[in-house]
Amino acid sequence: MCGIVGIYLKNKKYNSQLGKFLTGMMNSMATRGPDSAGFAIYSSEKKKKYKYSVCSNTDQVKEISKKLSKHVKDIKVKSISDHLIIETALKPKKFIEILKNHEELSLVGYGSCIQIFKQVGNPKDVVKNFSLEKFSGSHAIGHTRMATESAITTDGSHPYSTGEDECLVHNGSLSNHNNLRRSLQKKGIEIKSMNDTEVAAGYISNGLSDKKSLKETLLDGLKELDGFYTFISGTKNGMAIVRDEIACKPAVIAETKDYVAIASEFQAMAHLPNVNSAKIFEPEPGKVYSWGK
Amino acid sequence: MNLNLKKESLRKVNETLQSIDRKSNKKIFKISNPDGNHAICAGLKDEIEVTIDGHTGYYCAGMNMNANIIVNGNVGTGVAENMMSGTVHVKGNASQSAGATAHGGTLIIDGDTSSRCGISMKGIDIIVKGSVGHMSAFMAQSGNLVICGDAGDALGDSIYEANIFIKGKVKSLGADCEEKKMNKKDQNILRSLLKKASINESEIKNFKMYGSARKLYNLNIDNVSEY
Repeated sequence: MCGIVGIYLKNKKYNSQLGKFLTGMMNSMATRGPDSAGFAIYSSEKKKKYKYSVCSNTDQVKEISKKLSKHVKDIKVKSISDHLIIETALKPKKFIEILKNHEELSLVGYGSCIQIFKQVGNPKDVVKNFSLEKFSGSHAIGHTRMATESAITTDGSHPYSTGEDECLVHNGSLSNHNNLRRSLQKKGIEIKSMNDTEVAAGYISNGLSDKKSLKETLLDGLKELDGFYTFISGTKNGMAIVRDEIACKPAVIAETKDYVAIASEFQAMAHLPNVNSAKIFEPEPGKVYSWGK
Repeated sequence: MNLNLKKESLRKVNETLQSIDRKSNKKIFKISNPDGNHAICAGLKDEIEVTIDGHTGYYCAGMNMNANIIVNGNVGTGVAENMMSGTVHVKGNASQSAGATAHGGTLIIDGDTSSRCGISMKGIDIIVKGSVGHMSAFMAQSGNLVICGDAGDALGDSIYEANIFIKGKVKSLGADCEEKKMNKKDQNILRSLLKKASINESEIKNFKMYGSARKLYNLNIDNVSEY
C-alpha cells in the first residue's frame, strides 16, 4: 500500500509551519504504511554550504565530529535521533569519498537545501523522534511504507536521494528495476540498495544530469519504468507528481493560493488551512504535474 | 440530528445511523467534519436522509439500502460500492470505482469521476454530470451509466448487458463495446434518469448509446491459439 505526501508552499508566511503541516499528513498516512517512514525537507540555502544527511549507528556525535574534522576544516555536526546533519563547505564529490571511509555512517541525502530523515518504525513515532514539527522550509515530501519489494530497514525506506538536492517517494512497485539498475550503474549512477524505488530515483538523477527537466525526465520514465506507481519527486526548485497509465495507485491534489498539497488520500490534508475551499482534483494517469520557482 | 465526526467516533456515528428506531420520527441527519474518513454511512438500511458536509474518504455510502445520502463535497474511491437501493448524490467529484458492483439504487455525481466508474455494475443507475476516467463500465453487467461529459480510454471494456449513455466524446472503446441505436424504450430510460438528476429532458437528442457487441459471450474458434 504505502502512503505518500508532499507540500509546496507558495506563500512564505507558512514556511515556519511546514514541519507541522507535514507531521499531520504523515500521521494520518500511518495506517497505509506502518513499517517505516521518512521525509525530505527543503529549506533556504546558505551560500557555498552543503548539508549532508547521514544515518548513524552510533550516538557519539562528538567523536564523529572529531574524526571528520581531521579531514575537513569548518564542519558543523548536529544530531537528531539516529541522524546527523553535517554542514560544511566541502563539495559533494570529495566529502562523499571521505564518508565512505566511515562504515558507521550512511549517507541518505545531500545538497544545499535538502535534509532527509528516515527510520524503521511507525510513522507517528518516526516523526516524533525527528521532531518534524519544528522544521521550517519551502517544500517537503514524505512517505509511510508498507514493505513489499525489499527488507524493512532504513536502507529500504523512502525518500531515496541519488543526486544533489533530489528525492523521490513512491507508492507502487516496479517490475524492470533489475535491468534498469545495471544500465544506470554502468552510467555511473550510484544505487546502493536492492529497492525498486532507488532505481527510479537513479533514473531521474540520470535524466537531470543529461540536462533534461524534471518534467521531461518523468515523461520519459512513463515509457521506460515498467510497473505501478505514483511518484512524488522533489528538487531544489519544487516538486512534481506522476502516475502510471493504469493509475491504480491513488493520489489527490489540493491547491490554494498559498500552497499545493499532494497525498494518497484526502484525509492526509484535512487539517491544512482553508483546504475545504481548495481546488481538489486527482492527477490524471500518464500526466506530469509540477510546481516550483 | 447533528453528528459531528470531530466529537464522535466514526464507528459510533455509523452505528447510530445503522440502528434507527423505526418508530421514532428522526429521519433527517447531518454529519459534519467528515475530513476524508473512510466508510462514512456504510451499510445504512433505513429510509433516512443523511447530509454529509465536506469531503469523504473511501467507500462512502457503501452497501446502501433505502437511505438517501447527500455529500456536499468530494468522495474517495468506491462511493456507493455494492449499493442495493436508495440514492447517493455527490455534489463534488468522485474518485475511482464509483458505484462499483452496485445492484440497485441511483448514484448522481455533479462533478467528474476518475477511472473505472461503474466497474462490474449489476443494476445501479449512475448519472455523472461531468466526465469519467478510463475503463469506466468495465465488465458492467446490468443497469445504466449516463455520462454528460466525456469518457476516457476503453469505455465499456468487456461489457455485458448494461447501457452506457454519453453526451460528450469517447476517447476509445474497450473490447466488445459498440454504439447501439437508441429505440423508444431506451429513450424513456434515459429520460427518466435525466429527470432524476434534474437535467433538461431535451438533451436526450445529444446522447449516444453504447452496449455489448456480445462477441465475447462465446468462444470464437479463430482465437483458439490465443489461449
